[in-house]
Amino acid sequence: MAHLKVIREDSTLRLHCSGRWDALRLASVIETMQAEVLPIRNTVITFDLDAITHFDTAAALLLHRDIRTLEANGNEVTLKIEDSAVRRMFEMVGRHAHPEATFVTKMPGMLESVGVATVEFIQDTKGLLAFVGETSWTFVRLFSSPRTFRWREMLFQMNESAIKALWIIALTMFLVGVVVAYQSAVQLKTYGANIFIVDMLGISILRELAPMLTAIVVAGRSGSAFAAQIGVMKMTEEIDAMRTMGLDPFAFLVLPRILALMVMMPVLIFFADVAGVVGGMVVANIELDITMTLFLERFREAVDIKHFWVGMIKGPFFAAFIAFIGIYRGMLVKSDTESIGLNTTKSVVEAIFAVIILDAFFSIIFTNLGF
Amino acid sequence: MACIIKVDDVVTRFGDRLVHDGISLNIASGEIYGLLGPSGCGKSTLMREMILLEPVQSGSIRLFGDDVSALSHGEEQWLRGRWGVLFQSNALFTSLCVAENIALVLKESTTLSPVMIDEVVAFKLDIVGLSQRDGELYPSQLSGGMKRKVALARALAIDPTLLFLDEPTSGLDPISAREFDALILRLRDMLQLTIVMVSHDLVSIRTTLDRMAVMDEGRIAAEGTLEEVLQVDNPFIRSFFGGVSV
Ligand SMILES: Nc1ncnc2c1ncn2[C@@H]1O[C@H](COP(=O)(O)OP(=O)(O)OP(=O)(O)O)[C@@H](O)[C@H]1O
Ligand SMILES: [Mg+2]
Repeated sequence: MAHLKVIREDSTLRLHCSGRWDALRLASVIETMQAEVLPIRNTVITFDLDAITHFDTAAALLLHRDIRTLEANGNEVTLKIEDSAVRRMFEMVGRHAHPEATFVTKMPGMLESVGVATVEFIQDTKGLLAFVGETSWTFVRLFSSPRTFRWREMLFQMNESAIKALWIIALTMFLVGVVVAYQSAVQLKTYGANIFIVDMLGISILRELAPMLTAIVVAGRSGSAFAAQIGVMKMTEEIDAMRTMGLDPFAFLVLPRILALMVMMPVLIFFADVAGVVGGMVVANIELDITMTLFLERFREAVDIKHFWVGMIKGPFFAAFIAFIGIYRGMLVKSDTESIGLNTTKSVVEAIFAVIILDAFFSIIFTNLGF
Repeated sequence: MACIIKVDDVVTRFGDRLVHDGISLNIASGEIYGLLGPSGCGKSTLMREMILLEPVQSGSIRLFGDDVSALSHGEEQWLRGRWGVLFQSNALFTSLCVAENIALVLKESTTLSPVMIDEVVAFKLDIVGLSQRDGELYPSQLSGGMKRKVALARALAIDPTLLFLDEPTSGLDPISAREFDALILRLRDMLQLTIVMVSHDLVSIRTTLDRMAVMDEGRIAAEGTLEEVLQVDNPFIRSFFGGVSV
């Protein structure tokens, strides 16, 4: 420990310093200084540093600062340093000290935050449009040289984002089917309208539940993965390295991901449809005594094929929005780690939000078209 | 002199790649010790084993007399509180500005007031040759050499008694590199630091190192002072020190 003893001798003051004076052990010294030494005015003060065994830069800086304060208060300060290492440290620190230094981390005010957020929002939206444009342009160029398309990357992404998500999507949708069927079974039973559970389940799952749920799971899984991967590549300058080699990141990274998701989304929705309906069928069997044959027969009669297609058509659109938002958020990552977290979070939130808005639009359009 | 680090017969493999094939060396208190050797010979890996980032697969490493594989959590934290590490890749915190990077450990483990911390940070910036204005920049806004200096300043933040430096002068201009050598020597004299340093910089090796180990093909090809190392007949030593006159 570092020690500081205040010894009064007539009109003068002797400060006896001893022990290890290093950054980790200065607590008691700082306390004594604050309480007993710094308030002193117009006195002759001697610092006796001879009993110090170890004296580091933080300790030397502290001593310099306190001596300055004491002198400013009209005291006369002298030092007693025999040890040459301590003396050299004290002198070196004096040469390099910057007593007035302050490093302020600016906290923006309310008005500034709002302004910054607004400008950022406008720029992000403009950027997203430019990004979609550039991707479409890359896609168009692909037709003039189809052989440059990165099939392997696209197949890889189809596996990563879709095939590997099959089980979790099927399981989730199965459980949703069970829950929805169970809740409606209770109601339908009281009306004796047991068989209508098939109509209800079929239409709601095929049209709405399966596409939405699939989109939400994919946004959480792949949208965030895109944002994080591309974000890290941006941070480590991998994307810049690609560009300098004449490899277009849009052709290499963006397009394969977007197309992979757009192709696979209907497939995922199909599996979600099946899993959801099976879930409902199981509950119908147990709760309402509707046999599987009866269920399927009624399904064929009551649930028009158009409901299936409505669900399917939504797939690629949802996929495009999820992929665009994920990748674009990745591209917005700056060179600090915090912005990866921020942009990954935003990619998921925005993708799910976009999917819900899009779904509302589809509802209006399909209803007006008579589907 | 007391032996601070004792490496005994360390063997490290990654998959089927044998990196260390029985490394033994001793680092004494207060010396500046160099780890030399060709690229990929396992210098950084050995250093990572010393600073508890990689497990010691076989053999033993003793720090201040204790085997690093058998430390309790408290002992590990105690050790971590007394060394400073400069990573080969700097490893600055990208979401903190330069001053915050240096101040972090001071804020967390000392009772210094914010004003004092700022003054310590300013001092550290000054001794590594950065200006006060650089303190408010973020790592992404720095040049390669400036990042190196910030990483050095951060490694020195609490005046550690043990300093691990992985190629401290790489990426620095020759003038800054020589200033760094001088700084290291001065700090060692004033604070009785022990410094373990990986270096490929011949001038640095000659002016700062007290002793060194040359690693080659997984073994220690030579250990000792520069004169002693130069006596050893080894292809790497011959070509590496080809032009050095002692
Ligand atoms: N996590 C790991 N997995 C597999 N191999 C590794 C790993 N870390 C290091 N290696 C291998 O161990 C060897 C030594 O690596 P290390 O980084 O220690 O080299 P070095 O001596 O520091 O080289 P340089 O001077 O280039 O920095 C290299 O061949 C490297 O490929
Ligand atoms: Mg290395």
